[in-house]
Amino acid sequence: MPEQIRKARPHVSQSEGLIFEKSSPGKHAYSLPPLDVPAVKPEDILGRARLRAEITDFPEVSEVEIVRHFTRLSTWNYGVDTGMYPLGSCTMKYNPRVNEVVTRLEGLANAHPYQPAAFSQGCLKILWQLERCLLEITGMDAITLQPAAGAHGELTGILLTRAYLTAQSNPRKKVLIPDSAHGTNPATGTMAGYQIENVKSNRQGQVDLDSLRAVMTEDVAALMITNPNTLGVFEENIAEIAEIVHARGGLLYMDGANMNALMGVTRPGDFGVDIVHLNLHKTFSTPHGGGGPGAGPIAVKKSLAPFLPVPVLEQQADGSLRFTYDRPQTIGRMRAFYGNFGVLVRALAYILANGAEGLLEAAQDAVLNSNYIRRQLEDVYELPYKSPTLHECVFSDKHQAKYGVRTMDIAKRLLDFGFYAYTVAFPLIVPGALMIEPTESESKEELDLFVDAMRAIAREAETNPELLKTAPHTTRVGRLDEVRAARNPILRWQPAD
Amino acid sequence: MRYLPTSAAERTEMLAALGCASIEDLFASIPAAIRLRHPLTLPPAMSEPEILDYFRARAQENAPDYLRFLGAGAYYHFQPVVIDALISRGEFFTAYTPYQAEISQGTLQSIFEFQTLICQLTAQEIANASLYDGSTGLAEGAIMAVRLTDRSRVLVARSIHPEYREVLATYARNQKFDIEELPYLPSGQLDPQALARRLNQQTAAVAIQSPNFFGCLEEVAALAAQVHQQGALLVSVINEPVALGLLRPPAEADIVVLEAQALGLPPSFGGPYVGVLATKEKYVRSMPGRLAGETTDAAGRRGFVLTLATREQHIRREKATSNICTNQALCALMASIFMCVYGKQGLRELAEQNLAKAHYAASALGKVPGTKRLFSAPFFNEFVLQVPGDTSLVLRRLAEQKILAGIELARFYPELKNTLLICVTETHTRADIDRLVAGYRAALGVGGA
Repeated sequence: MPEQIRKARPHVSQSEGLIFEKSSPGKHAYSLPPLDVPAVKPEDILGRARLRAEITDFPEVSEVEIVRHFTRLSTWNYGVDTGMYPLGSCTMKYNPRVNEVVTRLEGLANAHPYQPAAFSQGCLKILWQLERCLLEITGMDAITLQPAAGAHGELTGILLTRAYLTAQSNPRKKVLIPDSAHGTNPATGTMAGYQIENVKSNRQGQVDLDSLRAVMTEDVAALMITNPNTLGVFEENIAEIAEIVHARGGLLYMDGANMNALMGVTRPGDFGVDIVHLNLHKTFSTPHGGGGPGAGPIAVKKSLAPFLPVPVLEQQADGSLRFTYDRPQTIGRMRAFYGNFGVLVRALAYILANGAEGLLEAAQDAVLNSNYIRRQLEDVYELPYKSPTLHECVFSDKHQAKYGVRTMDIAKRLLDFGFYAYTVAFPLIVPGALMIEPTESESKEELDLFVDAMRAIAREAETNPELLKTAPHTTRVGRLDEVRAARNPILRWQPAD
Repeated sequence: MRYLPTSAAERTEMLAALGCASIEDLFASIPAAIRLRHPLTLPPAMSEPEILDYFRARAQENAPDYLRFLGAGAYYHFQPVVIDALISRGEFFTAYTPYQAEISQGTLQSIFEFQTLICQLTAQEIANASLYDGSTGLAEGAIMAVRLTDRSRVLVARSIHPEYREVLATYARNQKFDIEELPYLPSGQLDPQALARRLNQQTAAVAIQSPNFFGCLEEVAALAAQVHQQGALLVSVINEPVALGLLRPPAEADIVVLEAQALGLPPSFGGPYVGVLATKEKYVRSMPGRLAGETTDAAGRRGFVLTLATREQHIRREKATSNICTNQALCALMASIFMCVYGKQGLRELAEQNLAKAHYAASALGKVPGTKRLFSAPFFNEFVLQVPGDTSLVLRRLAEQKILAGIELARFYPELKNTLLICVTETHTRADIDRLVAGYRAALGVGGA
């Protein structure tokens, strides 16, 4: 018998086609004031050959239809506002509403990137303040807010590594990456022109020092490490790791995706890290938006500061702020303008709301919640690594696999219980991984419901594995055929002939 | 802390369940030697009213009441209010990348619609779910062209946004290709003869922008023919997509890089914006970034998933087409809603208004003694003005009248001294433009109209 589901129950959701399927000629939703300058004939000014015919199949719909269309679509989504989002490594915490309000203030939203510095002091003060806060939180010396996301920050960081080492004489050939790392790390190394070499984890799920020593040669530019790592384990030997890397003239890069566990507890700058990126859309509560926009600032030690991307924000003698471009050793520019400003505003609002005490409390609650879940589930799901964990914990589907149930099946069944899923089948060092990160934003009530759901699903795996393998059962659509999507890609709507 | 839902009693209860005396026990794995011994030095925690006051004060320091005629890759267009109303739904803005498709159909269908709208707008066959912005889009487009052609040189028009070219140079430095820049003609357009001299069998791609950074329209179809003769690919950048309401789309281009900020996103001091790459179907497996595709569930119901992930970093790791992961989904949704609101008729009318207003302004400014439009090529809503005398002084005097009148091009093009890049859109009324013209006359010290 299927388990009783307490957290959620199915309700009617509206059907809705594609916006193109709702279109009919002559409808429109726009309104423009009448043209108050003399009309021009585009064909006279631009020439007939430069003009297009109407935009084929572009939608024609009314305002109410647009509002209903996107409202209906939104109801098919699950967000942090809906409930717990235990997606490991993604830090899906609450996104405070005041952050949304301040970023939309006219003087900020309508500020132009090329308005003169004298008329941009408000924007520049926000950036300056955020820089100071992030430097304090990471214990680093200099920072760029330019990168648009974590992976963009990684690329910035590895290009900094290359520039720094080139200035020392030799850019070197390789970047080392632990086998538990995010996929963006190796992809980044390649984009920066490095070969990738893996470093094995030991039985505690940490970087194996002997393996590291064996591969840490003078060909190695950097070790990219995630700390706490993707198992949620703090690399206890981080100081030694830094020593090994530094002894061979390499740099220690830290992927800061999991910084949420460390705020106010310890700082990358204090444990030997040379370069760290932060994901403001994780640790600092800026909303994920269904896949962006994010922001991935890069903070560095003093020795790397000359290589930071241009422009760099500087304070003048009179206290005013301006961007400077004259940096002979810079790696160049990573994107147009100065970064995802609107995201940076939200991150500062979050830090100001918390203060030092609030950030520490957030880290503590995130770690408490994760450990609470771990304790409540470790008798029903296999815990492949027993090391203490911080903000997330990783189980495997070993016990359930006996019944033919895999981590993806458990994840899909979790949707029927009213939760978003954990991260499935990652990190790669855990076969059949269930990677769970509750964040500090979940109440005990929500955590208990999650634990109940996971335990119920474990029972179902034994008694009714088919129910899991065909899950979800109560969502708008059932499990979607990804193989079909990839084999015969349909990537856009086309009118029926 | 008001964002935390756990009470002190619950914390105690949970710690007891874990057999911990204090929260400190849970951090024992962090060596004492590297633990922070004092609280972080941050501003004291603020209440919500204090946060609002802080940012309102900052907003006031950005000359919010000034009239702006600024473009150059960041455009002012009216944002229909439904955009903000709809993207403010928590189900959209607090969702993650749609990994669990069955409860992310809203995001996935909206991405599929975005991809379709971009294809329609650009006359390309496929488009991705978004990239960070136009500048990184250009870099990704160039890397893709190098991959497709297995050639090693990219020719780049100097009339592409200067900061886009800088980003391309940063990316290219560690890839296996080099970059050569192509000059512009006195008309403001790319010099096709210079292109002919440099184009050869080593050329992977030629990158252009239309309307270009000077606002001038390039001869995209003719350039495409020239580029294709040598087996190279044409990468066409679109910075001001409102122009596509009126202008022939770059159907002949092989890769279109579009910055969609103009489609409903505020300038927001330079970001977040939304880049997107559109191309031919045959190139899909070389494309960077996420893609939503249509499929069905077991009952045959239509649904959407992220697809062709074997190009991407989380599957291919070091062999991926790009390292991009998080992109700009919510910004893409804003652009989609904008395109739906304007639709087939509206985008054309919007483009016509931009054209009319910019030409009204250019004509009035061009009548001021000593002033003329620098380039002769046709333009859309942005143009370059040659100013008699010191542009910095002119801009300062205009600013005293609360007008931010344009951008000094010498900042990016040392040879273009005493020139201003001016952008006029539908957001400017005739009175605004007349104020600009009068202010400009006053700044130069020449009499009334």
